[in-house]
Amino acid sequence: MRPMLAIEALDLSRVFHVRSGWLRTRRTETIAARGISFEVRSGELFGLLGPNGAGKTTTIKMLNTLLLPTSGTARVLGHDVVRDPMAVRRRIGYVFGGDRGLYDRLTALDNLRYFSELYGVDPREQRSRIAELLELVGLAGREKERVEGYSRGMRQRLHIARGLLNRPSVLFLDEPSIGVDPVAARDLRRTIAELADAGTTVLLTTHYMAEADELCDRIAVIAGGRIRASGTPAELKTRVRSRDVLELEVYGVDDTHVTRLRDLPSVRDIAVEERGQAQLVILQVDQGADPRRDALDVLDGLRVGRIVNREPTLEDAYVAIVEEAARSAAGSVRAPA
Amino acid sequence: MSEPRPYVERVGPYRFLRLMAIGVRTHVLYMSRSPLQLGEAVVTPVVFATLAFYLFRAGGQGDQLLQASVGAGLMGTWSSVLSGSGAAVQNQRWLGTMETLVAAPTPLVLTLLPITVSTALVGSYSMAATLLWGVVLFGVPLTFADPLIFVVALLVCLLALGVVGLLLASTFVFLRNANALANSLTYPIAMLSGMLVPISVLPEWTRPISWVLPTEWGTRAVTTAAGGGEVILPMVMAAVLGAVYVILALLALAHVQDRARRAATLSLV
Ligand SMILES: Nc1ncnc2c1ncn2[C@@H]1O[C@H](COP(=O)(O)OP(=O)(O)O)[C@@H](O)[C@H]1O
Ligand SMILES: [Mg+2]
Repeated sequence: MRPMLAIEALDLSRVFHVRSGWLRTRRTETIAARGISFEVRSGELFGLLGPNGAGKTTTIKMLNTLLLPTSGTARVLGHDVVRDPMAVRRRIGYVFGGDRGLYDRLTALDNLRYFSELYGVDPREQRSRIAELLELVGLAGREKERVEGYSRGMRQRLHIARGLLNRPSVLFLDEPSIGVDPVAARDLRRTIAELADAGTTVLLTTHYMAEADELCDRIAVIAGGRIRASGTPAELKTRVRSRDVLELEVYGVDDTHVTRLRDLPSVRDIAVEERGQAQLVILQVDQGADPRRDALDVLDGLRVGRIVNREPTLEDAYVAIVEEAARSAAGSVRAPA
Repeated sequence: MSEPRPYVERVGPYRFLRLMAIGVRTHVLYMSRSPLQLGEAVVTPVVFATLAFYLFRAGGQGDQLLQASVGAGLMGTWSSVLSGSGAAVQNQRWLGTMETLVAAPTPLVLTLLPITVSTALVGSYSMAATLLWGVVLFGVPLTFADPLIFVVALLVCLLALGVVGLLLASTFVFLRNANALANSLTYPIAMLSGMLVPISVLPEWTRPISWVLPTEWGTRAVTTAAGGGEVILPMVMAAVLGAVYVILALLALAHVQDRARRAATLSLV
C-alpha cells in the first residue's frame, strides 16, 4: 500500500557547532532549524521558500539522510530517516543547484553509468534508463562529451538525470535553478512539472518567488529556521489582500531613505530590487491609502522614474512574511537588555 | 531520538563485482585525466629510484641493489595509495560528489573500496617505473630469486596497501582535512613497514607497531621474493592482517558515517 504521506517532518531542529582558530579554538553555535514541522502528501509538489540562510538546505539534508537532526523526527514514505536511512535512500532522489557534484573530467555517459550502479539500477535496465533520461533532460547526443565543457544549464540537467536514475518516488530539489539562464530555468520548470504530473512527489526549495508560485501545490515560507507561513499560493496571497502595492523607480536610494519610507504611517512593508542603474522600491501600503506624496517627499532630490499602483502578488506576500520574521527576531534580541 | 540502525544492505557477489569493476574504471579514468597526478606518477619513481641507489651504495650494500629498487618501488606505490586515497576522498568533497555517494543506497565501504583499489593500481605502475629507472639509470640487475613468487607477493602486498588505505580513507570521510593527514602519515608508515630501510635499523620499541601493519609483512614478502628467503609466512601474515583491517574499516565506516551526519562534514561548507 502506498503511504498517504510522502514526507512527515515533526519538530526538526538542527544545531551546527563550528570550531574556529587553531591553538585557542572558539566554538560558535548556529541554530539552522528550530522546530520544523510539515507534511507533504504523496504526489504533491511542495515548495520550501525562504531567503538565504533560512534553513532550507539543512531541512532537506535532514530529510534525505545526509544530516542527523539534533532533535525531532522525520519519515519519508513511512521510513524513519534516522533509524532506516537505507530504506529512505533507495526511494529518493536528491538534486542540488550549482555546478558541483559531477565528475567533470568524465563524460556525461560515464557519470550516469557510475551513478546508476551506485543507485542500484538493474544492470539490464541501465542502458535504456540512461538513454531515456538523456532524452528527458535534452542531453541526448551530447552524452559523449566531457562535463567540464558543459554550460551551467547542461550540468544542471545532467544532475536531474542523475537524481532520477533510480526512479525515485520522492525527489528533493534544492535550488535547482540557481545560476541557470532564464530559458534554461523555464525548461527546468517544465521538466519538474512533468515529473510531478507523472506522480513523483517533489520537495523544491527556492528563493525565487515566481518559480514557487508557478510550480507548487503548497508552499511553506521558512525564515530564521522556522516555518512562518504555509498554504497554497492563493492562501498565502490572502495575507496581503488588505494591501495595495506602490512601485517607484528611483535612482540612488540608500538605507536612510528605506528606513524613512518604512516609517511612513501607511507603509506596511518595503522591498528594494536592483534594476540596472535604478532601484525599484516596492511599498506595501494599507488598502485605499495613497502615500505617494509622502514617499516623494522622502525621496526629494533623487530622480524618480515610473510610479505604478498594482495589486499584491505572491512575491509581496513573501516579502511581508519574511519581513515580519526579521522584525520578530530583531525584537527578541533586543528585548532582554 | 532513536539510535541509528547499522547500514545493512545485502549485496550479492555479482553486484559486488559490478560495483568494483565500474568503480575502478570510473576512478582510474578520472585520475588518469589529472595532469597533476600524471606528472607525479612520472616524477616520483625517478626520485625514489635515485634515492634508493645512492643510499644503498653509500651504505656499502651494493649487492642488495634490487631489494633497494623494489623497496623504493613500494614506497612510490604506498605514497600513491595513501595520498591517493586521502586526495580521492577530499576530491569528492571538492567536487561535491561526496554527498551523492553517501546518499546512494550502496554501503559506503563498497563505494570507497574501488577508490583505494584504483589508487593501488595507479601506484603499482610506480613499482614498474621504479624498477625500470633502476635498470636504465643505474644498471640494477633484474635477477629475481623467483619471478613467479615475486609477482604473487607483489599482488598480496598491493592488497595489503589497499586495505590500509581503505581503513584510513574511511576516517577521511569524517575528517575535513583528509589529505593533510594522509600526507603526514605516508613516511612514518613507510618507515615502520621497512620500505626504504630495513626495520632492523629502527629503535627496538617500534617493532610491535611494525608487526601489526599488513604493509610491513607485504613489504617483507616482496623484498625477500626479490632477493631470496622466507616468503610464505610474511604473505600469510599480510593476508590475515589485511582481513582484520577490512573488518576494522567496516566498523569504522558505520561509525564514521553517523559521526559525519552528526557533525556535517560531508560537504565543504
Ligand atoms: N555545515 C554547516 N556548518 C555550520 N553552519 C552551517 C552549516 N550548514 C549550514 N549552516 C548555517 O545554517 C544556517 C542555515 O543554512 P542553510 O540551511 O544552508 O540555509 P538555506 O539553504 O536556506 O540558504 C546558515 O546560517 C548557515 O550558515
Ligand atoms: Mg541552501
